[in-house]
Amino acid sequence: MHHSAMDRRTFLRQSIAAASGLVVALQLPGRSDAAATTAASGTFSPNAFIRIGTDNRVTIVVSMAEMGQGVRTALPMILAEELDADWASVHVEQAPVDAVYNNPLFHMQGTGGSSSVRAFYTPLRTAGAAARAMLVQAAANRWHVSGSDCHTVAGHVIGPKGERLSYGELALDAAQLSPPEQPSLKKASDFRLIGKEVHRTDTVDKVRGKTTFGIDVELPGLLSAVVAHPPSLGATMTSFDATKAKAIKGVRHVVAISAGIAVIADNFHAARKGRDALKVEWDESAGAGLSSDSIRQAMALQLKAGNAMLAKEVGSVSAVAGPRVEAIYSAPYLAHACMEPMNATAHVMADRCEVYAPTQAPGPHRAMVAGMLGMKPEQVSITQTFLGGGFGRRFCPDFIMAAVEASKAVGAPVKVVYTREDDMRAQYYRPGAMVQMSAALASDGKPLSFEARVTAASVARASGMGKPDELDGAAVEGLASWPYATPNLRVDWVEHTQGPGVWFWRSVGSSQNAFFSECFVDEMAHQAGQDPYEYRRGLLAHEPRLLAVLDLAARKAGWGSPLAKGHARGIAVAESFSSYVAEVVEVSLDSDGTPRVHKVVAAVDCGTVVNPGIVRRQVQSAVIFGLSAALSQEITLTAGRIDQGNFDTYPVVRMPQAPVIDVHLVQSTEAPTGIGEPGTPPLAPALANALFALTGQRVRSLPLSVSLTRT
Amino acid sequence: MIALTINGQVQHLDVEPDTPLLWALRDTLKLTGTKYGCGQALCGACTVHVDGEATRSCVLPVSAVVGRKITTIEGLDPTGDHPVQKAWIAHDVPQCGYCQSGQIMSAAALLARNPKPTDADIDSAMAGNICRCGTYNDIRAAIHTAAGHAKKAG
Repeated sequence: MHHSAMDRRTFLRQSIAAASGLVVALQLPGRSDAAATTAASGTFSPNAFIRIGTDNRVTIVVSMAEMGQGVRTALPMILAEELDADWASVHVEQAPVDAVYNNPLFHMQGTGGSSSVRAFYTPLRTAGAAARAMLVQAAANRWHVSGSDCHTVAGHVIGPKGERLSYGELALDAAQLSPPEQPSLKKASDFRLIGKEVHRTDTVDKVRGKTTFGIDVELPGLLSAVVAHPPSLGATMTSFDATKAKAIKGVRHVVAISAGIAVIADNFHAARKGRDALKVEWDESAGAGLSSDSIRQAMALQLKAGNAMLAKEVGSVSAVAGPRVEAIYSAPYLAHACMEPMNATAHVMADRCEVYAPTQAPGPHRAMVAGMLGMKPEQVSITQTFLGGGFGRRFCPDFIMAAVEASKAVGAPVKVVYTREDDMRAQYYRPGAMVQMSAALASDGKPLSFEARVTAASVARASGMGKPDELDGAAVEGLASWPYATPNLRVDWVEHTQGPGVWFWRSVGSSQNAFFSECFVDEMAHQAGQDPYEYRRGLLAHEPRLLAVLDLAARKAGWGSPLAKGHARGIAVAESFSSYVAEVVEVSLDSDGTPRVHKVVAAVDCGTVVNPGIVRRQVQSAVIFGLSAALSQEITLTAGRIDQGNFDTYPVVRMPQAPVIDVHLVQSTEAPTGIGEPGTPPLAPALANALFALTGQRVRSLPLSVSLTRT
Repeated sequence: MIALTINGQVQHLDVEPDTPLLWALRDTLKLTGTKYGCGQALCGACTVHVDGEATRSCVLPVSAVVGRKITTIEGLDPTGDHPVQKAWIAHDVPQCGYCQSGQIMSAAALLARNPKPTDADIDSAMAGNICRCGTYNDIRAAIHTAAGHAKKAG
């Protein structure tokens, strides 16, 4: 049973407006009231993002996951801008699961693809502007004046003679009015909040340890579960003996679930001890022949003989003559390693189920839970907690499935917590990839052709979003979008199917493909005998936004100016999620040969900047994320088992390795674009290019800790 | 029963002696500000003060801290306004925020013994705390800000 759109609107108005003031339930822009009633078809969905209380409290509902990227600040700012709310009176609330809160880009309630601000920018502005218009009309009615003679400032409507009513005083009146169909939006020059470095709404609780992450959820009678997962790829359980596990004080149940054997106890410590005491026989034959070496060999073979799917072709690369640059590059599998290990809490009851989880995708996850339990979606609630990092990983429902199955098996609320090792070995990785690239250069060094054949597993397929035998755009993003003026171009992809499971990882395909393409263009510049920055410049006249960030980064970094002895710079530029980022990395080598990154200068064009502080910090974050990967992260396999398990074998950049990161934003009134991810792709190639400038050694595989010692 | 002194109060806990302090805090006392990140003292998310020293609580059995003063993020300052917390707010340091209790506890311990740390002092004192959101530039700036406050206050 779906609520019809009108049912929900009516319900919200009656139950909340009557109690406390105005509720605005609005449609997406350009959609009429009549159209909204057809929401059952899934085509038109109303929004329900604002509550204004008679106490002047403005509640703004956020339906995207807060995983550090600042949506609980940036999204309310957008709405509050058009509402002319008093920012100090704004309270932020996380949305329940409901189609009205779907991400307009994905048509599901899920957070990813650096989409939150760009997807909700216009809908939230429209929602705020409509509410403002209704408050203005309510005031005008009271004063018997025209709404056009009134204006608003900081949560008040001001009349033609200076009369003044707060939004709270007008809330009940406004609730009786109909929302305007197409409220007018502000000019960018009239913005008061958008573009300002407003403090985050979630900082104070976070510095006091009061924020509730998924792992902090508490319920009466809550049990803790730790799961014995299969130790290798494709391993199946033959038998298990729970005698010793059950002898641990506090262990209550040992149950088989789809993911493995769940040991369920009064607390985490007992559950973990029980899990470690469990005797499980696994059949590991399925993965026994699989190792990182066998995967690399398979990939190399696929580049030669695989069945390639065409991603992009311009002109014909086959007939082009000229001096060639050719290279094979590779990148490893990578884990997300969110600081908060995967976890979820579920309470399955006879006629409903409550889930509390740090999830990026409560919409699809609710549907999945309902399907698992044979329930209707509205019998399942998902409370979306704060997320201790996400990076794509929490779009996957594995941790929720485990909690639901465990709770159902024992008839009590259960919180499943992955140990760090469980988390790292759960096999939802950034795909390992290998690419063969070739370019022919003209006598002036400019490219006549560019070819790339990449092999990598399909994230789209892994996530259930891609169809078999169809190109996975994520596998070639960052390569198929080769931006440099090249008359003949061909990019194709061979799907890799062996190896560990894959998933979305911060910046997805661009995370490896920008490393490939931006190092390769550096090789082309070198062959052409040209400066790598000037070489790129000469090929980007038709890409003004890319060119602008390239120039800005080079200028701010003092490209070409002298550096300390033993230091060198490298540059890279990439578009991802419709944003443009260029980075200049300054590197030296420690006495043991370890690269040390001193400074990263980033130039960013993400269109309209809603909150420059958040944008700058997202870029810093993405740079550190990319640096950790480039320097030392890789997931490897031996006989089907994942070699890494914790931060000793999967290192993360720490304070002493953290470079100074300067972020420069392009002033723009274009529509806002992504910012959570686009800072990651240019980092690895800029660093590898800097190392080439320093040592003359071309690094063609990551991480550097391995490739620099190998050669 | 094990008696522990936590945030100035003696607490009697019915836990196994090998229970890591982290899980006694989180699961028994419901002091969830201290986080689980790695279970091997590799990431610092579980950092608390034991007799004023930054200590990883995930590998520290409760039996080892009987009679010692334990301070968690909840008890760092009675109103949550320790100079380090104020500096963290001024710099909007947290992103996801999961590691920040541990970062703040490490920074507060550093400033208690070294009121004016250099960048090298900060590198060394904070090296055990991973931030996957990469807030290191802001953490460094906030520690310097907090050091300024501490000097003024003194």
